[in-house]
Amino acid sequence: MAEKTYTITAETGIHARPATQLVNKAGQFESEITLDYKGKSVNLKSIMGVMSLGVGQGAEVTIKAEGPDEEEAISSLDEVMKQGLSE
Amino acid sequence: MSNSLTGIAASAGIAIAKAFRYEEPDLTVEKKSGVDAKAEIQAFDAALEKSRAELEEIKEKTRREMGDEHAEIFSAHLLVLQDPEFVDAVRQKVQDDEVNASFALDEKANEFIMIFESMDNEYMKERAADIRDVSKRVLAHLLGKPIVSLAEIKEEVIVVGDDLTPSDTAQLNKEFVKGFATNIGGRTSHSAIMARSLEIPAVVGTKTVTHDTKQHQYVIVDGNDGTVIIDPSDDELAEYRSRQEAFEQQKAEWAKLKNEPSVSKDGTHVELVANIGTPNDLEGVHNNGAEGVGLYRTEFLYMGRNELPTEEEQFDAYKQVVESLDGKPVVIRTLDIGGDKELPYLDLPEEMNPFLGFRAIRLCLEMKDMFRTQLRALLRAGAFGNLKIMFPMIATLEEFREAKALLEEEQQKLHAEGVETGSDIEVGIMVEIPSTAVMAPQFAKEVDFFSIGTNDLIQYTMAADRMNERVSYLYQPYNPAILGLVKSVIDASHAEGKWTGMCGEMAGDPIAVPLLFGLGLDEFSMSATSVLPARSQLSKMTKQEAADTAAEALKLSTADEVQQLVESRFPMA
Repeated sequence: MAEKTYTITAETGIHARPATQLVNKAGQFESEITLDYKGKSVNLKSIMGVMSLGVGQGAEVTIKAEGPDEEEAISSLDEVMKQGLSE
Repeated sequence: MSNSLTGIAASAGIAIAKAFRYEEPDLTVEKKSGVDAKAEIQAFDAALEKSRAELEEIKEKTRREMGDEHAEIFSAHLLVLQDPEFVDAVRQKVQDDEVNASFALDEKANEFIMIFESMDNEYMKERAADIRDVSKRVLAHLLGKPIVSLAEIKEEVIVVGDDLTPSDTAQLNKEFVKGFATNIGGRTSHSAIMARSLEIPAVVGTKTVTHDTKQHQYVIVDGNDGTVIIDPSDDELAEYRSRQEAFEQQKAEWAKLKNEPSVSKDGTHVELVANIGTPNDLEGVHNNGAEGVGLYRTEFLYMGRNELPTEEEQFDAYKQVVESLDGKPVVIRTLDIGGDKELPYLDLPEEMNPFLGFRAIRLCLEMKDMFRTQLRALLRAGAFGNLKIMFPMIATLEEFREAKALLEEEQQKLHAEGVETGSDIEVGIMVEIPSTAVMAPQFAKEVDFFSIGTNDLIQYTMAADRMNERVSYLYQPYNPAILGLVKSVIDASHAEGKWTGMCGEMAGDPIAVPLLFGLGLDEFSMSATSVLPARSQLSKMTKQEAADTAAEALKLSTADEVQQLVESRFPMA
């Protein structure tokens, strides 16, 4: 399994556009990918799952991937996360 | 037998066409058990596919016509359609319970809607609406009752609906939609403002038009006086056709003034400029011969989307407007959000008195990062034309000084970065709070100009919520109290060699125009379609007549007396 943790810096948190980009990107991989926040874990390929977490500014989140392309998934999602969303 | 309704005249002109009832189909679902699960799942997948194709098309059309940002919302809708947690749950339910797909879909969608609606966050609550939208589309296909879009109208109609949202009106095709009539809304509601920008006759707030109108019935919409006639008699049709013609002739008369200056009979010049909401309104500004833009409401850049606009996006929009005006003045108001205009993604707590609460400059001085981004975009766009910056809802000099200091800081930063900005950009304020009107002499020493926002100045002076129909009688632009405040603001600016404009509805009102001209107002900013009528009106009066009338009006006791005085001195066409 591969994983990476981020602190959200965007003023509006993970809202529609970044959420859309993350889910779109996650959907390109075969691995099971989750987004973990405050002890809850959702399918990162599910827009409703991601949005239902209500991730705001300052939140600490972890992305986990498990499957044949897990490393690739994490590094692709890392690019999306770094586009003004987190550090 | 014809039926006549009275609503609020929201956008001038007369339209006659068949009714197009804009409403949602009945999507009630019934539970059916013991179904052929495989066939139901196939039907569900087919409905998903049709919905996906539709949404792709809408997204593409929106992107083409309104830009990437507006299209984003449909990307999110498309993801809902593909959401594995959602669609798999529907398939699973059909499989396990052997129920029909429409029932399973309705149930699963409602589960998600409940989750989002129960969240303690306005933004998330609005996401429930997205899920509802998407699942309705799929459900409509499953039930064989596809949802009609306003963009698909291909014959001349009058759209009749409960209310039209900004995105509904954005989809209207002017070629076919001749007018619209709604149950709810007022002169300053979004649908009304959009109708005036699009120059489509409209009547809003009829309360019952959807109830009284059948599909394809003939409807007359008179946006000049607020009348809607359903199923008109031959006599009524003939009557309104001739009125329509007269109005068109009047418009043609006005059009001759398009390239003329705005001067009174004795040659006194004032500026007649237009209010705009988006760069799309520029066409109306040019077609109506406005001498500039007196109010560019930037909040539309922030609305109907899910996050703040970037500096680049804002810069592009502001630059487009100032360049298009080619050296004519463009007064841009910084973000005026709060009150009746919400930005769900800022997730601001609900307030008891939003009009008296955390809004406009108050909010911007608190959310400084957001404000600085806008100021930078404005400063940069200032290099491309005659841009002026205006702060809304200023109540104290400290607020103005703080906002101006932020502006100067950003200007210095930009210069340090080697970025070009406008030089000598005028910085003014909206006068819409009575304390500021009273303190105008002190403000006039520090600001470059005033623009009186009458919609709010009247509501705050009369202590009457302009969204509350039961106190709407207190919305009195001609009340001598208002005229007195307007006069003191104008006089204070002139004493310091500054100028005063007005950007509320009052500036284009035929009763108010002579009074304001008489009080010495320098700039009148109004809906673009009011510019030519006002120019025509102005050309028929002298400054002296107007000043005498205004002086007399200030001594009267009631708004009605003022109106009667003006009507007796300046007979309306």
